Amino acid sequence: MTQATGQTVTESTVPRFARGTRLQYDRVREVWFVQAPERAFHADPIAAEILQLVDGSRTLGAIIDQLALKFDAPRAVIAQDVLAMVADLTDKQVLLHA
Amino acid sequence: MTSPPPPMSLLAELTHRCPLQCPYCSNPLMLDPRTQELGTAEWQRVLDEAAQMGVLQVHFSGGEPMARPDLPELVRHAAKAGLYSNLITSGVLIRPDSLRALADAGLDHIQLSFQDVEAASADRIANMAGAHAKKLEAARLVAAEGLPLTLNFVIHRQNAQRVPAMLELAEQLGARRVEIAHTQYYGWGLLNRDALLPDRAQIEATTQAVQAARTRLAGRMSIDFVTPDYYEDRPKPCMGGWGQRFLNITPTGKVLPCHAAETIPNIVFPSVREASLADIWDHAPIFTLFRGTEWMPEPCKSCAFKEEDWGGCRCQALALAGQANAADPVCHKAPDHNAVVQAIAQRPQTPPPFRYRRFGNA
Repeated sequence: MTQATGQTVTESTVPRFARGTRLQYDRVREVWFVQAPERAFHADPIAAEILQLVDGSRTLGAIIDQLALKFDAPRAVIAQDVLAMVADLTDKQVLLHA
Repeated sequence: MTSPPPPMSLLAELTHRCPLQCPYCSNPLMLDPRTQELGTAEWQRVLDEAAQMGVLQVHFSGGEPMARPDLPELVRHAAKAGLYSNLITSGVLIRPDSLRALADAGLDHIQLSFQDVEAASADRIANMAGAHAKKLEAARLVAAEGLPLTLNFVIHRQNAQRVPAMLELAEQLGARRVEIAHTQYYGWGLLNRDALLPDRAQIEATTQAVQAARTRLAGRMSIDFVTPDYYEDRPKPCMGGWGQRFLNITPTGKVLPCHAAETIPNIVFPSVREASLADIWDHAPIFTLFRGTEWMPEPCKSCAFKEEDWGGCRCQALALAGQANAADPVCHKAPDHNAVVQAIAQRPQTPPPFRYRRFGNA
């Protein structure tokens, strides 16, 4: 059902959390959650790594570089994951970008 | 028995006082008086305990939670404890200064209720002159403040035809979410069922209106749609399973698995005044009684869906079948399913007058 929202996610995109959404570590369950209006959804370990780098000033390109270095993984693979996840969370109104 | 997983969310009913008198209010028929409400320090302790247990979100509700002057203090306390805070409000007490105090305290989100999109009808449903205009102004203030906003519309036979206009209003007011929720028939809603229960054609029309808007507004506004389970074949997984995800605390401190659970007879309702929240969640009979699948009668016990719908709603079983441990009569397999069939069949052509929700009117 999801349709394009007119916002294209590229490596120059600078994502930020929309007001009323945030990433939060749950010390009781020992997992990360995205807190959003009237729902909290579990962020899997990959999503949590990406979202911890979302600060409203880093570009997705910089986030991809950092993760490729940290996990010693092929940049193209990381890039695909990051761009897809950010597009999905933008559709869910969790992330915004200019 | 091992400990249950911790709850995800807490509904904090700060007060039953409310300037509105909606005939489908989710509060119990016997409303808690102001003199017995929990104090600020008691709520603060409860919020700390909830956060320590693993509750992620607190929903400040009522009654009208803004009738409590200590609301900003409680929001601030919740924020400090790491809880995501949501205010569920009628909006009629929102002013620029009261809203600012809540935003400054760290409030994360506001859910604003509307009774209709036509002022005359909305004010009649709420039984409060001028309520609708105040809500429109409140929504504008929330949008100007930049707080994320959900609009909530409870729908029923007297306003369901205006769902498309409700969705348009939500869009105009800048809401990120909208809830179109058919009335649930417990407490006040059950008392007013003949005045509220829609017919099948209305259900279908509301479903279509929501689907069309979801397509049109994808990525801009999300729509939660709650159907009235009377017209379903299978029951809803009430509260995501009894005592599995959700806690409700009443104005006087009773801890319940759902907001209608006070109807269940012959059981002691535990209070935060007498025990810790964790102890209540793990051990109080009101929680353990219907947790999981052990308690189930047939046809639930051998049903393939028993861990999807958890036997449906205990309060509805009580209200319609006379026993909280019966299969939810909404289920087409339930022995008491006829109670639902009859309620639909006997629905009068003309809705009777509302019996408004207020102290002493049940």
